[in-house]
Amino acid sequence: MSSAEIQAPAGRHAAEREPQHTWWLVAVWLVLSLAACLVIWFVWYPHLPPGDMTTSARHQQFDIAVLAVSAAPVILGVWLYFGYVLVAFRAKPGDDSDGAPIFGNTKVSATWIIGTSVIVLWLFVFGTIELIGPAGAGAGEGASPIWKLSGNQTAAWTPGANDMLQVQVIGQQWTWSYRYPQFGGMESTVLDLPVNTPITFHVTSLDVIHSFWPYLLGVKADANPLVDNVAYTTARQTGSFIVRCNELCGIWHGAMTSNGNVMSQTAFKVWATAVQLRERANGTLAALPPYSLTYDPTVIPQLGKDLVKVVGVTGAPGYYYGPGNPVTP
Amino acid sequence: MAIETQPERAEPTGRGPEVTGGGERPWWLRMGAHTGLIGAVAGYFFGHWLGNVLGGDFARSALSDQNNVAIVLGYAFAVIGWLAGLGVFNDLFGLMLGKPLPEEPRLLGKEDRGLAKYFRYTLDHKVVGIQYLYGMTAYFLTGGLFAMAIRSELLSPTYHLIGPEQYLMVVGEHGTMMMMMMSSVILGPFGQYFGPLLIGSKRVAFPRLEALGFWLTPAAYVILLSAVLFGGFPTGWTGYEPLATQAGEGMDAYFFAFGLMGISMILAGFNMIVTVINYRAPGMRWSRLPMFVWSMFTVSFLQVLSVPVLVGACFMGIADRTFQTAFFTNQLGGSSFLYENLFWFFGHPEVYILALPGFGVISEIISVFCRKPLFGYKVSVAGMVGVGTLSFFVWQHHLFDSGINPDMRPLFMLTTELISIPTGFIFLVAMGTFWKAKIRFTIPMLFALAFYFNFLLGGISGVFLSDVPADTTEHGSFFVMAHFHYTIMGGLIFAFMAGIYYWLPKMTGIKLNETLGKIHFWTMFIFFNTTFLPLFALGMLGMPRRVFEYARNLETLNDWVSISAFCLGGSILIFLINFVMSLTFWREREVGNPWRARSLEWQLSTPPPPENFKRVPVVLATPYEYGVRNALPVADLNPPPGVIGTAYAPVGGRVED
Repeated sequence: MSSAEIQAPAGRHAAEREPQHTWWLVAVWLVLSLAACLVIWFVWYPHLPPGDMTTSARHQQFDIAVLAVSAAPVILGVWLYFGYVLVAFRAKPGDDSDGAPIFGNTKVSATWIIGTSVIVLWLFVFGTIELIGPAGAGAGEGASPIWKLSGNQTAAWTPGANDMLQVQVIGQQWTWSYRYPQFGGMESTVLDLPVNTPITFHVTSLDVIHSFWPYLLGVKADANPLVDNVAYTTARQTGSFIVRCNELCGIWHGAMTSNGNVMSQTAFKVWATAVQLRERANGTLAALPPYSLTYDPTVIPQLGKDLVKVVGVTGAPGYYYGPGNPVTP
Repeated sequence: MAIETQPERAEPTGRGPEVTGGGERPWWLRMGAHTGLIGAVAGYFFGHWLGNVLGGDFARSALSDQNNVAIVLGYAFAVIGWLAGLGVFNDLFGLMLGKPLPEEPRLLGKEDRGLAKYFRYTLDHKVVGIQYLYGMTAYFLTGGLFAMAIRSELLSPTYHLIGPEQYLMVVGEHGTMMMMMMSSVILGPFGQYFGPLLIGSKRVAFPRLEALGFWLTPAAYVILLSAVLFGGFPTGWTGYEPLATQAGEGMDAYFFAFGLMGISMILAGFNMIVTVINYRAPGMRWSRLPMFVWSMFTVSFLQVLSVPVLVGACFMGIADRTFQTAFFTNQLGGSSFLYENLFWFFGHPEVYILALPGFGVISEIISVFCRKPLFGYKVSVAGMVGVGTLSFFVWQHHLFDSGINPDMRPLFMLTTELISIPTGFIFLVAMGTFWKAKIRFTIPMLFALAFYFNFLLGGISGVFLSDVPADTTEHGSFFVMAHFHYTIMGGLIFAFMAGIYYWLPKMTGIKLNETLGKIHFWTMFIFFNTTFLPLFALGMLGMPRRVFEYARNLETLNDWVSISAFCLGGSILIFLINFVMSLTFWREREVGNPWRARSLEWQLSTPPPPENFKRVPVVLATPYEYGVRNALPVADLNPPPGVIGTAYAPVGGRVED
């Protein structure tokens, strides 16, 4: 383990004076590090957030566990070293003498620098593999992601065919809404998703910057006005989850939540089709703006909000809704 | 050593009858804070009137019932009036009229006595340092009170004490005030006071810019607080667009105050860079420069290079809000990404503007109290320069999930993780310095040790954040909050406290009470960790930042954190009591060299003579040669005339002998 090199300075120095302390220290450090790593990996890892509901969440959990296992020996090494020197080299009462005039030690410095560099490069390689492998690991990848999740791009979604489900996430002050283009662009305030299906989230906003964060799904993508921010995941378990806003977006930011469920593929198909039919019947689909990757609310009166007239030289303040609308979510 | 100590100088200013210089007018007839205040009020009303004349018919923001142009111009003219009232422009106008600049009286050995000098545009860097000390403490305490309000609200998962708008106001004021303060909390008091002393200089390069830098901070403080009158600003300290364009009048205060503080930081940075390059005493080679000066030097470069971007962003934000430009409005050809990039291009070097001074202070202190040379001087310098340089290449790690340049994330992950290598140098230096030391557990040393403890956790958690997949869970959550509080509060503020306990005897001739100091340290250390350690867990469990409502299952942890935070506030109160009582009533004199430190400032009388050094010293050795047999003193404070005559003399080009 590369962290072993970090402890080496302590070992090498002490060897000159108190060899028995040194080996004892190294042994304690090795035992503690091993114990900490085992506890982290076998006891803590299965319970680490954000859980393993989706592939992206599982990768994040794995990353956090690997980072914790890499960090624990470093932290323990520094703590042990400081603990030892603070006891061993404290000045006795009445002792006014100075310490040993050591100005540096090239070997110790080189060992430390090489050790930390090795750890850093390892973390970089590991992080990059973990970013590219799982198609962005659930993070927002901008409008044209280069690390894509595989799945059939189809106009209609059918269960059991590995079709990519497209879901548009629209943030606005202070609510989330979701549109499903493969179901006629129907809109829902609940984020229902099928299990074992590659999912593409198209995250966008109508006003200020929000951030789409279904914690249990291990997805996080900023919702920027007039920007399509894509994130991928695949749910592995059924169950319900909560979506929160993760970017300060105004006074009700803290209350900007919404619910979601991961359900079986057939149940999802039934639900989505039912919503689509209902919205077609009651005229909602006709009232909605045509599905598009981004929306400019200053030109979409169908959104059903009071549009404040844009006045002034350029109208940059861009206040789409009156101050009292919506008052509370 | 060479100069005898002068205990009578330890008499604090302001006690006893007011002493004014011979033939000087009394304080209330001279320009100072009171005339500045008059100028500020007059300027505000003038600016407000002018703004209404100029922009009265501009579109007003929907959430504001006032003309933003009037408010911004009011602030601008208030600042100009404040500075004019202080007399900042007097010398400038004098020069324009062909009058020669007056010499700083202290350089002729004349001390400016009396409390009033702290309320004037005084050019003495030692006075500016003490002004900064009190000014930044005021900032810190105000920001701390806002933190207490945040934690009170978070006692319950639903909103109960303050409404959502007030909550965001409090969060924004806390964050912005702390960020504005932290950038100057060590560079201000200790950098301005001890920078010139540590390099053996009688003066700083630009005393007027330095003093102007300080006098902008009270203006920024008042303007930022004035946002409260307008209901605050909803964006937190980051001021993200387009929310900022949409916000009420408080946002003007945010942009103006932050921009003003930015100008103050740039001025302080310029002054420090030029002073360190040009005003080192003979023999003060780069290889002998104290580590604290190195940290001030690198920080100043970061400020001068990164803060202009912030000032620009603030100006564009103000222009969007007042003159109806559209820099940050996507619908009109602007970009909200532009603001995020500008802000973090400043914001990330800013993070190291906060970290490096702490490294500097702590490096000085551990060497003194380990009674050992600093281990690996060059490694330490390389660490600071390396951190400073790399800090310009990492800003997009704040934007991993934003959709900006997603393909560049591996690069920014690499640069971010690379920073931990030079940061590791700082730990290497510390660990080497403690080896075979004779450790004295004085209060500054305790704070230094706590610094390493906290900064280790802060730094390691930063590595978690640099990993993109792990960051997807941690980004924008309380995990980030815990991380930067560990580095800023646990790092910088602990270093600031170490600096106060270490240097206050030199600045005032008075030592803080040791018993209370130890109580302060232990309570602060324990409650700091009990406050911020659970925040890592809260973030991991899915609590986003800046929310007034959270999941009910997180209530126990939040209550624990809140109660710890109140105890932490109590610990700061202990410090405050100690500080005030020690300086006013207890007055434990300490005019010698209580720490037996080698560095140059401790070789002077306490407080230092008005002109710092009677004669320009000749530096003979580094300040770190503890335990070296026959080590030379750090400087010859009374060099033979020939030595100084052949070297260059830093005061006004005159050779002194």
